[in-house]
Amino acid sequence: MMLRDQDRIFTNLYGIHDWGLKGARARGDWDGTKAILEKGREAIIEEVKNSGLRGRGGAGFSTGMKWSFMPKAAGPRPHFLVINADEGEPGTCKDREIMRFDPHKLVEGALIASFAVGANAAYIYIRGEFILEAKHLQAAIDQAYEAGLIGKNACGSGFDFDLYVHRGAGAYVCGEESALIESLEGKKGQPRLKPPFPAGVGLYGCPTTVNNVESIAVVPTIMRRSAAWFAGIGRPKNSGTKLFCISGHVNKPCNVEEEMGIPFRELVEKHCGGIRGGWDNLLAVIPGGCSTPVLTKEICETVLMDFDGLREAGSGLGTAAVIVMDKSTDLVRAITRLSRFYKHESCGQCTPCREGTGWMWRMMERLNKGEATIEEIDMLQEITKQVEGHTICALGDAAAWPIQGLIRHFRPLIEAKIKARASSAA
Amino acid sequence: MPKLTIDGREIEVEAGTTILQAAEQLDPPIEIPRFCYHERLAVAGNCRMCLVEVEKMPKPVASCAMPVGEGMVVHTNNANVRKARQGVMEFLLINHPLDCPICDQGGECDLQDQAVAYGGDRGRYCEEKRAVEDKDYGPLIQTMMTRCIQCTRCIRFISEIAGTPVLGGLHRSEHLEVGRYVNAAVSSELSGNLIDLCPVGALTNKPAAFTYRAWELKRTESVDAMDALGAAIRIDSRGNEVVRVLPRVNDDINEEWLGDRSRFAVDGLRRQRLDRCYIRKDGRLVPASWPEAFAAIAAKAKGLPGSKIAAIAGDQADCESLLALKELMASLGSAHLDCRQDGARLDGSVRASYLFNSTVAGIETADALLIVGSNPRKEAPVLNARIRKRYLKGGFRIARIGHKSDLTYKYEALGDNPAVLAEIAAGRHPFFDVLKNASRPAIILGQGALARADGAAILAQAARLADAAGLIKDGWNGFNVLHTAAARVGGLDLGFLPGPGGLDTDGIAAAAGKGDVELVFLAGADEIEMAALGKAFVVYLGTHGDAGAHRADVVLPTAAYTEKSATFVNTEGRAQRTKLAVFPPGEAKEDWKVIRALSDALGKPLAFDTVGQLRGRHPLFSQLDQLRPAAWAACGTDGALLDKPLVSSVDNYYMTDPISRASKTMAECTASFGAGCGCNHKKTGTHG
Amino acid sequence: MSNETEMTSFAFTPENLDLAKKIIAKYPAGKQQSAVMPLLDLAQRQVGWTSIAVIEYIAQMLDMAPIRVQEVVTFYTMYNQRPVGKYHVQVCTNICCLLRGSDGVGETAKQVLGVEWGETSPDGQFTLSEVECLGACVNAPMMQVNDDYYEDLTPDSTKAVLEALKRGETPAVGPQNGRQFSAPEGGPTSLTELTFGTEKA
Repeated sequence: MMLRDQDRIFTNLYGIHDWGLKGARARGDWDGTKAILEKGREAIIEEVKNSGLRGRGGAGFSTGMKWSFMPKAAGPRPHFLVINADEGEPGTCKDREIMRFDPHKLVEGALIASFAVGANAAYIYIRGEFILEAKHLQAAIDQAYEAGLIGKNACGSGFDFDLYVHRGAGAYVCGEESALIESLEGKKGQPRLKPPFPAGVGLYGCPTTVNNVESIAVVPTIMRRSAAWFAGIGRPKNSGTKLFCISGHVNKPCNVEEEMGIPFRELVEKHCGGIRGGWDNLLAVIPGGCSTPVLTKEICETVLMDFDGLREAGSGLGTAAVIVMDKSTDLVRAITRLSRFYKHESCGQCTPCREGTGWMWRMMERLNKGEATIEEIDMLQEITKQVEGHTICALGDAAAWPIQGLIRHFRPLIEAKIKARASSAA
Repeated sequence: MPKLTIDGREIEVEAGTTILQAAEQLDPPIEIPRFCYHERLAVAGNCRMCLVEVEKMPKPVASCAMPVGEGMVVHTNNANVRKARQGVMEFLLINHPLDCPICDQGGECDLQDQAVAYGGDRGRYCEEKRAVEDKDYGPLIQTMMTRCIQCTRCIRFISEIAGTPVLGGLHRSEHLEVGRYVNAAVSSELSGNLIDLCPVGALTNKPAAFTYRAWELKRTESVDAMDALGAAIRIDSRGNEVVRVLPRVNDDINEEWLGDRSRFAVDGLRRQRLDRCYIRKDGRLVPASWPEAFAAIAAKAKGLPGSKIAAIAGDQADCESLLALKELMASLGSAHLDCRQDGARLDGSVRASYLFNSTVAGIETADALLIVGSNPRKEAPVLNARIRKRYLKGGFRIARIGHKSDLTYKYEALGDNPAVLAEIAAGRHPFFDVLKNASRPAIILGQGALARADGAAILAQAARLADAAGLIKDGWNGFNVLHTAAARVGGLDLGFLPGPGGLDTDGIAAAAGKGDVELVFLAGADEIEMAALGKAFVVYLGTHGDAGAHRADVVLPTAAYTEKSATFVNTEGRAQRTKLAVFPPGEAKEDWKVIRALSDALGKPLAFDTVGQLRGRHPLFSQLDQLRPAAWAACGTDGALLDKPLVSSVDNYYMTDPISRASKTMAECTASFGAGCGCNHKKTGTHG
Repeated sequence: MSNETEMTSFAFTPENLDLAKKIIAKYPAGKQQSAVMPLLDLAQRQVGWTSIAVIEYIAQMLDMAPIRVQEVVTFYTMYNQRPVGKYHVQVCTNICCLLRGSDGVGETAKQVLGVEWGETSPDGQFTLSEVECLGACVNAPMMQVNDDYYEDLTPDSTKAVLEALKRGETPAVGPQNGRQFSAPEGGPTSLTELTFGTEKA
């Protein structure tokens, strides 16, 4: 059963309506915000916990739980909310739509979330290339200030709240929350060692919560329509609606908000006009942004698109960026391109990632041309294992997984290239 | 105190200890391999060599950064950990050149050692290797950046400890490289420490490049005499040549740092050395034998009353020679002797009045500081790093009366007129209250404030301030005189000062100029105005063909601090002893032996024949490596303060004494960096 | 725009100086270093690239060691460390664009502009760069020209956009195939039942 339009949160996903305050209000935003705040910090956190909302940035950690890690009482250090709008995971383009077409959802969500974590200021860290999106967002913030929705005594709640947009400048790794904080502090975006975690020592050394744009933007609707409503969509522990970005070899690539746990096949057939060349032309799918391991057609027949469904399939929901590849795809080349991406985006700080991403990419380049021996596939697998789990942040893992997925499911494709090259040489 | 288990052994450690530190506290300790971690620098956690396994944690953790937790079960050497380390080791080596045979770090290279201990036995990497352009770090540091493993120790040291942030990690991913800011020089006075910190051969000793292999060198643990701090050093020599000087750990003084002059002036030990006696004949110095030289002195001294004989000691005179010379002067009947060749208005009567009483390490516990007439960065860079360390902890107000310059920490510049000190001492200046309200207030009085005509008055004002603002209280004495000469405190302790009716340095020079003093002994004193000595017969005992030797009528060659076992008392009053690393060149002899032999030649044999007997004649020599408490009392002499700016006594950090003036390396530093202090921040076209 | 490889001095224009002060005010007192990225961006918008003169100026303005600013400049890809053309054409070749034909977009751009990746056309008008994912994956393949995204490209539409820019025109930004932003081509499959009275004409 398809998600009903009435249960969709991002009602201006396609930019058909006015994204400004007037349009946002017409779509129900900023409705009773003061009353929401009046429920109090604890009640809001409880409601978000009960909704089952899990972080939409990739890791899938309970948003309400994350908020509850913030110190309860105000200490000498101010609290901060930082919203991660550094959308850069290849395949992912959902936060962009929220910021350019539904920015008030984010602004209102920022207010509620900040109130819940005791932060009087929040920063939205938006990737530098999203210039138009930053403009819309800033305009929405300005409108909200002017309407008294944020700023001093936001919505008449007595709560003072400032919201700022901070633009990045081209670094995928800043999507990692501690790298993002470093970057926001005016440094290179190099991830920090954890512990300490941001809830203890975050922005400017103060307690900080970092949330993804989508996680924050759904909060006002959850608060208005109840945790039960949100939890009633999808499967247990995988509740709610989700923005999916379906790209690659489908007939009609698109963004769409769907129910969590929708079967892959239903998702692409309902919204994307099916696989290019028909279902049987499907080769492979990267289901959650480029860091998640690739799935075979066989798995895709039945896989459910949520955190647990994809974990059980040996991959992950990630950002729900579904990259579809049909049989015309040179999959080895595609994964090689990803290896080059990780090599380019490694911050260079820690040894396994700095050295390993370059090594893996160079081997992939050779494998792609068939200039390798069969044994080197195993060696590459070992090297991915030498990177995985040994780095400061998850970028090293993310660089290893696509290659591991390729070797796991599509090793014959690599071997074929090697053999073809060997026979053409002979 | 959390209790944890490391490799099956239980240990209880302070909360906040890291796993790596806890492992080192075990008895016997477990040493976890590391490259980026350094106990005196901020934790970076980037090399990943120290990964260990902690039960119930999903991934191996960097033990240098992970605080211990109650009940943690840590494995530092199981199969997973060994595999992780081997992987990291392999990654570090794939882009590291295999040039160990021509690398100066070879034999003392962490990467080499750990590759042997933890690495695999063959390389699997057959892709192209990375090459990184070398950088120009100036005359002291040779760079070979392809060898760099990006541990960032150098960046952290130069930013945190040295306080001259000119190095950074530029670019990213595998292109991350350590580099220098384009418009700045690596002009820290502490830059040589980068070489020690570099775990590989990326930064090596430039002046000594390609001249030695680490395993050829003989190591001698000694004490530095290039400034008044007395840092612990190791003298590495080959044959009879000092190849390099490195710091040793001494937490009371230099932690493990060393100033660049102390480290790099060693080529000055080989150049312009006096390796035989000389006698001036027909206006020219001609070589002579010891007996000839002594005979010439005896001829001059014969019949000369003591009042016409004088002695001035220089900045690197050791205590043994000072005591011997003092006794010789007494036996010659002279009261004209002085160890203050700079004319500092200090006397020996109140020991606390000329010491750095808070101690070097103690300055880290001060909470307010007034610097007067001193540039600690040039006069004692290692001490300056301590002040900076304290500054970085916060809650430490610093003010300075004197020339304004970058000290690597912020301070309130109160002008350069000594009258400001009087204002503060009188409680009429806001900084008086800062000191008064501090629990451990301190003052640093430099030689620039003392070696001037009103030095005694400034000393008196400083003492008044010390009393009025409570610088001296139970368990705390914040009255600090910062010396620049290794010899000075020893000289003051031994009373190498004018006797009753005796003349001081200025007096001796004046008397010599007038002919009232006819015989002057200069014990390594090269910084006085030689022309002022008039026609006096000058006997120079020293190491280098510097100003003193050029003026001398007889030159007696002696041993440098690396060539003898000798005692020096540092600015805190701590007596320490050097060790002989190499022999004095040619016919040069240890200073005290020269004086003892001279006393025979003069017919006034001194009452000792061995160094043991000599040292037995003063308690100073029996109290090595300890601080004797010095009682506080009023000092200085009230008087008018001159309307003359206070400036540091050190103009050019790189050239302060005969050794550093003879050093080619120090000359190159002067040419590249100016006088130190980063004063010559290179200006380029981008400056307006 | 500076076409000099050596920029000898830099200062914000009065308007930008005003803007810079507002930017710095977004961050808590004493945390002005946070403004380094926006200020570098502002400077680059003023003179086209982030020269050493820019680095020195901003370091001084924010009380930072210049090396810290240089680290930032060399870490992030959006700071041009050399002058670029009037139009900086950045073609994404990451996986989603690759799957939808970025090879053709790249080749077309090279042909039309007469340059290879990383080069600037002799007239100084165009610099062509191959870049990583720009976050418009369901509208692949795409390229960014200065601030604007051109999406759903084909070799033909790529050529059309670049030719228009060459003529000094401003081609319409966004999807080049007439699509409603990221909705499925041919019309949305969701959000069809809702009306708010705020639909754009």
